[in-house]
Amino acid sequence: MTATAESPAVGEVQAMLVTLRILRSKPEGSDDHAPGEQYWQEFQVEAHATDRVLDALHKIKWEQDGSLAFRRSCAHGVCGSDAMRINARNRLACKTLLKDLNPAKPIIVEPIKGLPVEKDLIVDMEPFFASYREIMPFLMTTGNAPTRERLQSPEERARFDDTTKCIMCAACTTSCPVFWTDGQYFGPQAIVGAHRFIFDSRDEGQWDRLEVLNDKAGVWKCRTAFNCTEACPRGIEVTKAISEVKKALTTGAI
Amino acid sequence: MTHHEYDVVIVGAGGAGMRAALESSQRARTAVLTKLYPTRSHTGAAQGGMAAALANVEDDNAEWHVFDTVKGGDYLVDQDAAEILCNEAIDAVLDLEKMGLPFNRTPEGKVDQRRFGGHTRDHGQAPVRRSCYSADRTGHMILQTLYQQCIKQEVEFFNEYYVLDLILDKDPQAAAPGEDVSVAGVVALELSTGEIHTFRAKSVIFATGGAGKVFKTTSNAHTLTGDGMGIALGAGLPLEDMEFFQFHPTGLAGLGILLSEAARGEGGILRNSEGERFMERYAPTIKDLAPRDMVARAMANEVREGRGAGPHKDYVLLDLTHLEPAHIDEKLPDITEFARTYLGVEPYTEPVPVYPTAHYAMGGIPTTVQGEVLRNNTDTVKGLYAAGEVACVSVHGANRLGTNSLLDINVFGRRAGIAAAEHAVATAEAAAFPDDAAARVEGIVTRLLATVGGSGTERVADVRKALQETMDRNVQVFRDADSLEEATRVVAELKERYKDVAIHDRGQRFNTDLLEAIELGFLLEIAEVVVAGALARQESRGGHYREDFPTRDDEKFMHHTMAYATGEGVRLDTKPVVVTKYQPMERKY
Repeated sequence: MTATAESPAVGEVQAMLVTLRILRSKPEGSDDHAPGEQYWQEFQVEAHATDRVLDALHKIKWEQDGSLAFRRSCAHGVCGSDAMRINARNRLACKTLLKDLNPAKPIIVEPIKGLPVEKDLIVDMEPFFASYREIMPFLMTTGNAPTRERLQSPEERARFDDTTKCIMCAACTTSCPVFWTDGQYFGPQAIVGAHRFIFDSRDEGQWDRLEVLNDKAGVWKCRTAFNCTEACPRGIEVTKAISEVKKALTTGAI
Repeated sequence: MTHHEYDVVIVGAGGAGMRAALESSQRARTAVLTKLYPTRSHTGAAQGGMAAALANVEDDNAEWHVFDTVKGGDYLVDQDAAEILCNEAIDAVLDLEKMGLPFNRTPEGKVDQRRFGGHTRDHGQAPVRRSCYSADRTGHMILQTLYQQCIKQEVEFFNEYYVLDLILDKDPQAAAPGEDVSVAGVVALELSTGEIHTFRAKSVIFATGGAGKVFKTTSNAHTLTGDGMGIALGAGLPLEDMEFFQFHPTGLAGLGILLSEAARGEGGILRNSEGERFMERYAPTIKDLAPRDMVARAMANEVREGRGAGPHKDYVLLDLTHLEPAHIDEKLPDITEFARTYLGVEPYTEPVPVYPTAHYAMGGIPTTVQGEVLRNNTDTVKGLYAAGEVACVSVHGANRLGTNSLLDINVFGRRAGIAAAEHAVATAEAAAFPDDAAARVEGIVTRLLATVGGSGTERVADVRKALQETMDRNVQVFRDADSLEEATRVVAELKERYKDVAIHDRGQRFNTDLLEAIELGFLLEIAEVVVAGALARQESRGGHYREDFPTRDDEKFMHHTMAYATGEGVRLDTKPVVVTKYQPMERKY
């Protein structure tokens, strides 16, 4: 009846067999594994090179093992649900295509590191969001609000554009070696979240936020490993944002 | 099982839920229950903008916006609601700006505006720049800004709590007309533990979003499974105008991922395989910026008549190659990246393959302009509210204009939040919460968990796939009696198969297998209502196009559909459309 695009004709490719090696754990345990014990399990699925890793995970869940647990929602890289460690790099499963991974070899999928694992690829995100809340991520102003909009030039708006793109997937924070070893460190995402307001010309809370970041859990923990910048699925220059915050602290100028 | 008591419980933490929470939590003790972490909500995927006649860049006014909304909705819009939507739009945008939303700016530093489909100057004269935007991630900015304000106000969230039942003090269908029916609370499953929680409340707001996953090709997230609509239907409440589903013209071909109408607002052009700008034939005045229903039909028609592009001639092309790369990078960075990532197409130099994708439910839980939920054409349920895509006010009628949904969630999310809190403050005690309130949910969960390793022969994924494929094939842009009868038959068959579904995860914690099985139940209920409404509406209006009844029939069908679930299937009723100023006219662009 209706003309539908039944299959993606664009860049049509042959189906192939792909192996996924997934680091699993069951909070309640199973016959073979203690509660919370992590173990590897391999799955083979038929897939296309243009499929996302998320598609392959869905195929496993929907056709082979319904107990495989992972978070996902939008499936196109904007909601931030499905950050995971894929072939030893943090990425979004929905934004990583099999063809970008050498599907001839097993694809290694693990939960992101540094947050408590709950089940399979699901981690406890609460410590991550708690760090974000610490930096007071909301516009702070004084005096009466104007009747119309606050004015802001396109140049002033561009100043913090990069850090507004953050989707809070935690790929940056959980790729940071300092975060892995130091439970106190806020991590890169919280600094990105602070940067977005510190460099917003309308905000008057910069120094309150900078004080938080000057704390021992703050920006000075960063060792510029650049893992965060490489991990960011939104292409945010995370390390640059962190160094801009450091510079503001050392020079006292924004 | 844990029991909680609040003044106001909000279900859902997308744009509408959080906008409501900002109002409600200032006035009454409020809890927000959400299946997803708030920042994962699908509001964040909205791209192009939020309409408001700010007149920052050219002459505009709210009355033109009302007219466009009514005409765009093919005269099924309740005009009193559209007046509120468009009049309150200006404050809604300014409120967000004051909360810190980083809108794009004009050279003078004001909120910038751009063109969008169906938004016109002076009742259809020419496209007007009415959409307030932030690159092509306006929804992301709205979701972030509202979440940030919720942190500031210390709104109490129950993250990853999946609400599964609504508790009313009596059966809304058994109650006599005019009799009081009140909300008592909700029942939720805590996903991280599998524990069932009951929440008693004086007011409950549903803001659970849409149901795009009834279709296969959709811009919607995996999690948009019509939960709120399904719960309402199961509680004996009606759904309004569910046959009106919007198919967004420009989904990435084969994938359905949304490419904003802003691409055309910024100058992009749709072309067929012959390179022709075919919209000139379908909408001579505003061409590619015609409303979405018309553009989607035009595209499907080009494909059907053999002018589709690609090896299977099954899509058309969105051409941005005449735009400056710098302009594309500034105004459309995300959607061009989607084309590169998922199709390997470079929009600077190559046209992008696109095809209509299921995008938005115009229908939903019927409400008044205060967000109060209706249990029939006139009686509200005391203390129960709905806002956003789950609701039908109806400001979108038979076809929503682009940028009117980000507006809808802010205007009616705010109204519902205020109304719910005021109701709670004025109510001494919540309706009695029955001791066995959780029994239904416990029954569902126990039954599904018992299928692990049992004799059930059906997989959730197989039934869902069959549903989505039949909906794409039979209930998409073009429909007729045959296709809808086929869909009716298949959905009934799938509901039978659903009874035999087995899951594989026996765990209590994060049992996403169980979650998907429950979601599928809602999808099947919603699909049945969509198809029943579409079959009964023997006319073509807005997003609902019947090939066997290709014209609008105001004499017989200038009314809303009200659908009720009964033991014997869907019962359909009608509700009058509110007309204030604008009499139906032929819809030409």
